This record gives sequence, C-alpha cells and structure tokens, in this order.
Amino acid sequence: MSGFLNQGRPPVFCPGCAHEVVVRGLDQALQGLAVSADEVVIVSDIGCSGLFDTFFDTHAFHGLHGRALTYATGIKMARPEMRVIVIMGDGGLGIGGAHVLSACRRNLELTLLVQNNFNYGMTGGQCSATTPADGRTASGFLAELEAPLDICRVAVAAGASYVDRLSATARDLAERLATAIRYPGFSLVDIWGLCPGRYTRRNGLTLAQLDEGIDLLAAPSGPVASSEREEYGRHYRRLAATLPSPGEPLAVDPCCTASTRERRDILLLGSAGQYVNTAGEVLCLAGMSGGLQVTQKNDYPITVLRGHSIAEVVFSGEPVEYTGMGQPAAVVCLAKEGVARRGRSIAGLPEESVVIRDSRVAIPETRARVVEVDFAALGVRNQNLATAALAVLAGEGVLLTRPMLEAGIGVRYAGKMRDEALGVVQRVLAR
Amino acid sequence: MTRSFLEGNEAIARGAMAAGCRFFAGYPITPATSIYQQMLHLLPPSGGVCMQGEDEIASIGFCLGASMAGMKAMTATSGPGISLYSEQISFAIAGEIPLVIIDVQRLGPSTGSATKGADGDIAFLRWGNSGGLPVIVLAPVDVADCYQLTVTAFNLAERYRCPVFVASNKEIGLTRESVDLAALAVPPVEERLLAEPAGSDAEGPAARPRPFAPLPGGLVPPFIPIARGHLSRQTSSSHGEDGYITTDPALLGQVARRLADKLDGAVDSFTFFGSDWAEEDDILLLTYGVTARAARTAQRLLRAAGQRVSLLVLKTLYPVPEACILRHLLGKREVVVVEMNLGQYVHEIKRLAGTLGVRLVGQMNGELIAPQTIVEGVKG
Repeated sequence: MSGFLNQGRPPVFCPGCAHEVVVRGLDQALQGLAVSADEVVIVSDIGCSGLFDTFFDTHAFHGLHGRALTYATGIKMARPEMRVIVIMGDGGLGIGGAHVLSACRRNLELTLLVQNNFNYGMTGGQCSATTPADGRTASGFLAELEAPLDICRVAVAAGASYVDRLSATARDLAERLATAIRYPGFSLVDIWGLCPGRYTRRNGLTLAQLDEGIDLLAAPSGPVASSEREEYGRHYRRLAATLPSPGEPLAVDPCCTASTRERRDILLLGSAGQYVNTAGEVLCLAGMSGGLQVTQKNDYPITVLRGHSIAEVVFSGEPVEYTGMGQPAAVVCLAKEGVARRGRSIAGLPEESVVIRDSRVAIPETRARVVEVDFAALGVRNQNLATAALAVLAGEGVLLTRPMLEAGIGVRYAGKMRDEALGVVQRVLAR
Repeated sequence: MTRSFLEGNEAIARGAMAAGCRFFAGYPITPATSIYQQMLHLLPPSGGVCMQGEDEIASIGFCLGASMAGMKAMTATSGPGISLYSEQISFAIAGEIPLVIIDVQRLGPSTGSATKGADGDIAFLRWGNSGGLPVIVLAPVDVADCYQLTVTAFNLAERYRCPVFVASNKEIGLTRESVDLAALAVPPVEERLLAEPAGSDAEGPAARPRPFAPLPGGLVPPFIPIARGHLSRQTSSSHGEDGYITTDPALLGQVARRLADKLDGAVDSFTFFGSDWAEEDDILLLTYGVTARAARTAQRLLRAAGQRVSLLVLKTLYPVPEACILRHLLGKREVVVVEMNLGQYVHEIKRLAGTLGVRLVGQMNGELIAPQTIVEGVKG
C-alpha cells in the first residue's frame, strides 16, 4: 500500500514543523482504516495547516478562514458514506468559534484535527485564541491581555461526544487519529505542536514542555460518556423519513360570478387576535371563487396577540398590477389599533367608498358611506369579527357576493370551523 | 381556470423543488424566513436535506459543501445576510460552485426595516465579491416570476457553474397572489455537465480529469463531484486547471478572463425581459422587480394622456443585457429609470445611453413606488 500521500507533492513545511509530522501520522491512520482514497475528504482551513489537502491524494476541499467545518457539514450531509476530516489551526479555531461550538452540539460524523501551535504562523506569529498569557508573539503586549482557550474543555461543555488531546510527536499519534476518525459522531483532536518558524524559538518552547502542558490540562481522551448520542445525519434521516408528504398550495376553481371585474382595493383594519389576516385570505379566496385575480399583503408587529393587524386586498378581473392600496373601495374598521395606523386613508375616501365600522370603534370624519354594525349586540365574538365584517360587505353587494364569500370560507376552513364561519355569515346577513 | 394562492417566497421554494433542489440551508431573517420554512416543509419528506445554520456564513458554507458533493443547493436571506455571505459568494465564483442565492430585499441601510421592501441590494449583489468578477442576478416581478426564475436560476447555476442570485423584494416575497401554476412556462431542468472518465485514477494524477479544465472551445469546466470515483479538488486559492495553487501570471490572468467571459459572453442566451415598446415612442420607462407592476399602470395612464411612452422591464439585471437595452433605446429621446433605491441600475443605463437623456425616479422609504409617482416623474 503506497498510502494516501500525493506522490507528486511532498509536504513542504519549515524544518521541524509539527504539521509535517501530522501529515505522515494522518496518512498512517488512513491506511489503518481500510478505506479507499475516493471515500476520504480532507477539508482544510486557512494558514499553514491549509496546505494539508494538497499533500494528500484524496478528495480535497480548501476554503475560507474558519469556515472549514461549514463545508464539511454540507459534504457529510450530502454524502454520508464519505469520511470527512477537517484540518484547522488554532487561528481557524478562533475565527470560526461559532462553527466549532455548533459542530460539537450537532454531532455530525466529522473529525476535526486542530493543528494547535499557539500562534498565527503564516502571517508572522501573531497571538491566537490558544496563545498562553506569557507567550511572546508578534502581537506584543496584546497577547498578555486575553486568556488562552482550552478547546477540549470548551468542546466538552458544548456537547462534543469525542475529545482527545495529544502532542504531534506522540508515539501513538496515528492510532489515536484513526480511533477518532472511526468514531461514529463528531470527534475533535487537539494536536499540540511546535512552530519552529514563528513561535518555538521566540519562546524557548521544548517538546518536553508541550507534554507537560498537556498533562497539566488533563483533557478527556476518547468518547465523552455524558454526551454520546445518535449521530446527527442518521438522526436527521430517521426523523425525516417519518414526515408526511407536503400538499399543494391552496387552489381555487371559479364557481360563481363576481359583482364587478373592475379593480377594487379593500383594507381590513383590526387588532391582533381578530384573525384579520385570515379574513384577508378568505376574502381573496372568495374573489378567486368569483373568477377574479387577487393580491394580499399583511401588516402586523412582531408581538403576538398585541398591536395592530392589517390586511390589504386587491381584486381585479385583469392581472393585478400595483399591489399597494390606491383609493380603497372598502375599509373595514374593527379595532382602534388598525384605525390608528391607517386613519389617514379613511379621511381621504371619496363618496363611492364604503366603510364597515364596528360601532365600538371611532373613525375619522369621512365622505364615504359608513355602515355601522353593532357586532356585540349580534353576539359576534372577537375572533369572528372579521368574518362578520366580510358578511356585511357581501350584504352590501358591491364588492363580493354571498356565494363568493361562502365559497371562500369553504376553501379556507373545514369541519367545525367552516360551520362556525358560515353560521356567523348567516347571522349577520339575517340581522 | 384553477388558480393557486401563494406568496412569492412559497413560489421560490416550489420552483426550487421543481428544479431538482436537494439541499437548502438558511438562517432565519425577515422577510426571507418563509422560504426556509417552506423548504423545511418540502425537502426532508422527499429525501432532501434542509438545515438551519448557526449563522448565515455557516448556512451558505453548508450549501457550498453540498453542491461540491453533487447536490443542487439553495440558500435564502435578506440584505444583512448577503453582507455575511460575501466571502462565501467570492468563493463560489472562484471555485465555480453552482449555487442559487435568494435575496428577499428589505429596506436598508444596515439592519434597516425588516418588514419594508426595497431594491437596495442590486449593486451590492453584483459587486459584493472580492475580485469583482461578474455574477448572474435575476429579478422577479411577481409570484409567477418567483417560480419560473428560480427554476431558471438553478439551470444557469448548473450550466455555468456559478452562484446565481434571485433579487426578490419583501413586496413580492410576502405578497400572496392568485397564480395559474399549470400555465407557467417552466424551462426544462438542466443538470451540470460531469467530467467524462478519462482514465483510471490508479494510473496516477496525470490520467485523471482536471477539475478546472474546460472542454476544448468551452469556458465551463465539467464538474467532478465529491463522490466515489474520480477525486475532486476544490480550492478558494488562485488555481490552475489542476486545482492546485499557482502564481503564474499568465495562468492567473487566463482564469480570471475565463470566469468573466463565461457569463459576460453568454448573457444574450439568458436575457429575460418584458416590454411594451414601439419605435415611434419617444420616452422609455425602464424598470425591474415589483416596480414593474406600477410602471405598467403608469404607462397606460401616460398613453391615455397622449404621451408616447414605451416600457422595458428587465428580469436579467446582471450581467447587464446590453444588446437588449440598446435595442430598446432605439428612437427614444429620453429614458426614465424607476427603482426602489436612490439610483443604482440607472448608472448602467447612463453608461449605455450615450447622449440620450437619462432620468431617475428613485424612492427609498419602504413604500412601493406608486403609478402616480412614475407618471409625475415622466412628466417632470
């Protein structure tokens, strides 16, 4: 077996660099896994460790700084049969921190090998998220100001199910990498190593000191029992397989004749809890039942059950062009919240427009014809007010007919809900 | 005639499914969230993958990985998310990774107004990548366009191996409309061209297809997915046909030129527009997106008042369909560009119009531009 190294591109790192040791260790680990090159994807980050993918004869994906885990996630979800190995330095760990935490939480079967040499080697030795407080770097005194990140502790806290830490020169490196790659969930291996070019000499760091540091931090080595759980991809596919097939969008066949095919704008003004947006939908379905083309826009605040609720509906025999409100042919006023937002448009209405007003709601002076209805006296509950107002509108006969409204209700609702809505229509029109 | 009732965002999701989308990842953001919700509803039961990223950068990164693994992928966001996508968009251009990106635009600048419409990202979509190479931007006018142009966006992404934007707008995405879905002219679905097996991978790297080598006479390299079979190489670094880093200026220049030419040189084959035009008219109204709907009304009103006004609605915004625009400038005295921003696409028109007068009717206040505003703008 010739291994997985790219024969045409031998590793090129500074003499004594830990990265080269890990390249050879990873090659050995892969050889022990009984996989073929086309089952392995190496996803590399930016920095010196970003060269990893070029030294292997496997699938290779080299992307942006800190984002290697994001690509790896997409690859693994699309091709679960692939062994996806992510190579990232301590720089990538810092800039891509959110992705590291999420990968730990997600538990998708990826192996993250952190090439941790405590500084940004490629850009000249600046401090990174793992630089010790007394580390000398090109960042001067700034390195002293921030505490170093113990990525293994962080990973465990974030729910990683497999964590290991070792020195690049550990005798069992290949074996432990292979175990991590074999693990059926997210695995993170923090590999400490020397950066002879930018860090080691400046700090007089020795291999013995590295080993000492590793012992001192006492990370877990292997599966984290409290976090072991079903792998994300398998879990996703198991749950997805139980989901029902989605239906088609609401569709309407015209079944009655509309009162007019001229363009008509209708404004429904109410408050949260009055199902104003649903009434707008029913109105549209009613229009479509009459063979009209329709548009609907809603306006409501981020709060649920508080604030205004507004629906803007356009009816037209031709395709609707401008979807904004021109001069509304009808304005329905059901609550002061809605009226407060669009009172202006009521004041400016012409004589031929109609306003349907719940007698409890004050509206501005208007030349439009106002139909006042005491919905409370009719026993209409708050959540049925908008349907009741549509019934009044149907009773006026200028914008929609009762058959259109009943057809719209029939498309939108079924069973008890439909009976209740039709009952409201009946009660209002019999008043 | 049976008509469906759906919003632009749902139409985009349905269009994506019709185009063969198998992977979606997104991060919730108004007014684009309902695309994610729809994809979550549509994709998993059909065996596809729908994911919610920890942020926008992750979401588009998932898509890039999935696309390289051979799945048709889409993401959706609004202006603030496009800002975060920027580095990954540059990568998709450089690495020639097919991807559909939906921008349901909202009023900016910055986080702006989440529930107000705008067309303020148009120039950002075109120029928001490092290196400034061309991208494809399509602009729907209505819910039907959302469906059709999303299918088209997937086809173009696959055909040219590039990111393709659909520049929607809150005013289309969250507006529900009656649409005859069965009557839509949906283009046939295209698949990316895969590299032919050249030799056995065991014969060594020299015998393999090269991941960034176009076919003779072509500009788009056949695709090698991350899958069993040929080894795939992808890199965001400047690379040659073999997918390895290069610093050779001749090669670097060649690749940049090819990436530009494959889109700039092909735009005539994907120039989508609508027009109501006559050579004897002396004014051309030129617009795109939801504003086109008001412009149609305005044109009718102006003609009724005796003005001779033509209308051009562009649905391909970038690369700029110059031939189409120049054709419509014929015989005109003046061009009035109408857009929901303070003037972005108007600069492209000024560049093409020569000595012709070009005026802007621009509005950036979260409101639709009303027909009357356009009428008054044309009358000056």
